Amino acid sequence: MRTQANRRNWGARLVVLVPYLWLLVFFLVPFVIVLKISLSQTALALPPYMPVFDFAAGWAGLMEFTAQLSADSFRLLSSDAIYLLSYLKSLQIAAISTILLLAIGYPIAYGMARAPRSWQPPLVMAVVLPFWTSFLIRIYAWINILQRDGLLNDVLTRLHAIDAPAAWLSSDTAIYIGIVYSYLPFMVLPLYAALEKMDETLLEAAADLGCPRWKTFWLVTLPLSLPGVAAGTLLCFIPIVGEFVIPDLLGGSETMMIGQTLWTEFFSNRDWPVASAIAVSLLGLLLAPILFYERLQQRSLEGSR
Amino acid sequence: MADGGEAAQNNAANEQSPLVRFEAVTKRFGSVAAIESFSLDIAHGEFFALLGPSGCGKTTLLRMLAGFETPTEGRILLDREDIDAVQPHRRPVNMMFQSYALFPHLTVEGNIGFGLRQENATRAEISERVTEMLALVRLQGFGRRRIDQLSGGQRQRVALARSLIKRPRVLLLDEPLAALDKKLRAETQFELMELQRRLGTTFVIVTHDQEEAMIVADRIAVMNHGRLMQVATPSEIYERPNSRWVADFIGEVTIVEGRISASGAMDSALGRLRVAGTSGAKSGGTVWLALRPEKIGMSSERPAGELNKIPGTISEIGYRGDISIYKVRLADRSLMKVALANVGVRGNALFKAGDLVWLSWPPDAGVVLDS
Repeated sequence: MRTQANRRNWGARLVVLVPYLWLLVFFLVPFVIVLKISLSQTALALPPYMPVFDFAAGWAGLMEFTAQLSADSFRLLSSDAIYLLSYLKSLQIAAISTILLLAIGYPIAYGMARAPRSWQPPLVMAVVLPFWTSFLIRIYAWINILQRDGLLNDVLTRLHAIDAPAAWLSSDTAIYIGIVYSYLPFMVLPLYAALEKMDETLLEAAADLGCPRWKTFWLVTLPLSLPGVAAGTLLCFIPIVGEFVIPDLLGGSETMMIGQTLWTEFFSNRDWPVASAIAVSLLGLLLAPILFYERLQQRSLEGSR
Repeated sequence: MADGGEAAQNNAANEQSPLVRFEAVTKRFGSVAAIESFSLDIAHGEFFALLGPSGCGKTTLLRMLAGFETPTEGRILLDREDIDAVQPHRRPVNMMFQSYALFPHLTVEGNIGFGLRQENATRAEISERVTEMLALVRLQGFGRRRIDQLSGGQRQRVALARSLIKRPRVLLLDEPLAALDKKLRAETQFELMELQRRLGTTFVIVTHDQEEAMIVADRIAVMNHGRLMQVATPSEIYERPNSRWVADFIGEVTIVEGRISASGAMDSALGRLRVAGTSGAKSGGTVWLALRPEKIGMSSERPAGELNKIPGTISEIGYRGDISIYKVRLADRSLMKVALANVGVRGNALFKAGDLVWLSWPPDAGVVLDS
C-alpha cells in the first residue's frame, strides 16, 4: 500500500516538474546563453565573440573565462543616444498603440459580450479569424492597401476626402495602423472574457438603486472589467515594445524601434554582444509589467477560488 | 380648518386606495404568454406573497413592478399613477434579488450605501444611514468587509439592507431565502416579518415555497400558468381553497369526486357523504370534496356520532417526527391521507401498516369544490 502511494506521489511530482523542465530548457538556458554573449567581446571569428567557454580547460579555464567577461556592451548602450532613443521610441509607440487598442477593443468586446448568446461563438470566431492567414502575408496586404496607388488612397479620392493621393506608407501612422490591426484580437479577447462573465443582474441591481445606464457603466461595468483591461493592455504592450516586423515593413527609415536596432546590430553589424545586451536590457525593461501581470493572474486565480 | 379637513380626507382616501394595482396585465415573450389578463390590488403596509410553481409568471410580475419588463397589455399603477413610462432607476421601488446581485468590487458599506450615493446625499448622511442599516440587519462591524468574505446568510442581510436604505414605497423580494439552509431560512422568515412590521413598508415577496408564503405573508396570491388562481389570507387559502388546483398546491389533501344529491349530501364512490356548504350548489353536478389529512380521525373501533365513517387498511406510514402521514387504502382501492400528531411517547406504534382502521370526519371538515 505504502509503496503504491509513494509511486503515485512521485507521479504527481513529475507532472508538476514538466512545466519547470520546459521553462528551464526553452527559456532559462537560452537566456543564460544570451546573457553570456552580452558580456563577451566582439571578435572576427566563428562564433563572432570571445571568450568561448571550453569544458576541456577545467577549473583554470573557467577562471580565465570569467576574467574575460566584461560589461562593455552595456556601457556602449548607455553612452550612445541611438539606443536610448530606440528604447524611448518603442515605449512611445507601444503606449500609444495600447491606448488606441483599448479605445477600439473595449467597444467591440462590450458589444460582443452583450450580443445574444447564440451570436457570441461566431463573433469570437470572427475576432480570431485573421490568425488563419500568415501574419506576414497580412502585413504585406497592408503595404498594398497603404501604398500611393493603393486601396486606401483610391477610396479616399473617390469619396473626395483628399485631392491628391497621400503618402501613408513608411510613416508612424502606418506603424500604428499595422500594430492596432495585428494586436486587436489580443486586446478584445481578454476584455470579452472579463465582460462576458459579468452577472447582468448587477446592472439591474444598479438601475434598481437609482443609477442611470451611463453611470452604471462607470460604477459597475468598468471596475468589474479592470482585470480584463489589465490583461489586454499587458498582452499588447509587452510584445509591441519588442515588435520588429511591423515597423520594418510599414515604417519609415527615420523610425527605429528597439527590435529593428537589435536586428541591425545582429545581422548588419554582426555585433552579437551588443545585440544580446539590447535583448537583455529589453527584458529588464519589460520585467516590471510582466511581474505586474503575473501578480494580477495570481490574484484573479485566488479570487475565483 | 377646511383645508386641513380636506387634506385629512385625501389622506384617508390614499390609505384606502391600493398602493399597487395590476390592471388586466398581460405579458408575452414572443408568442408565449407569461402573464395573462392579471388583475390584483396590494394595499399599503401589506406583506404580500406571490406564490406558484416555477414558471408560473410570479417573477415576471415582480420584474414588471421593478421596471425591468414592460407589460404587453394593461397597466400597473403605483399610488394611482401609471408607472409604465417610469424608468427602473426612477421608481420608488427597490428589489432584493434572488442571487443578491451584490457588487463584488465594493465593500459591505459600499454596497449598502450605493442607492443613497445615486441621490447626491451628503457623505455624513450616507454614513449615518449605512450604520443604521448595518444595525437593522445585525451586521455591525462588517462594514469594511469584502463581499467574498461573507457567508451566505450575511450576504442575504447585506442585500436586504441595500434594498431598504432608500426607504422604498414597495420592497420587492425575489425568492429572498431560497439560497439559505432550512434552519436559517426558518429564522430569517420571522426576522423578515418583524422587520416589515417595524418599518411598515409594503413587502411583496415571490416564492415557490408555500410554507414560507403562509408564514410570512398577510395575503397570498396563488398563481399558475400566468393566471391568478386565488387571493386570500393564508388561512383562507388553506381552509377554503377555491379550486382543486389550489387545494392540491397548498399542503396535503385528499380529493373525492362525487355528485350533490337532492338532500344536499354528496354521493361518491365511498358512499353517501355528509358535507357542509352545498346550499348554493346545484344537485346533480360533479363536485369534489377536498379533505385535509389532519382533519380526519382514525380509530381501530367504529366511532360513534354524526360523522362520516369509512373503513380501510393502512398501506403506508410516513413518519415525520411531530406527525405521521398514513396512507389508508379504502374499499374502492383509492388512498386517503391521514395525519396524526405523535402525541404519546410511542405514538407511532399506535397503528402499523396492514391494520384495519376506521376513518371519520365531521360534515364541515372538508371543502366542496366545483372546479
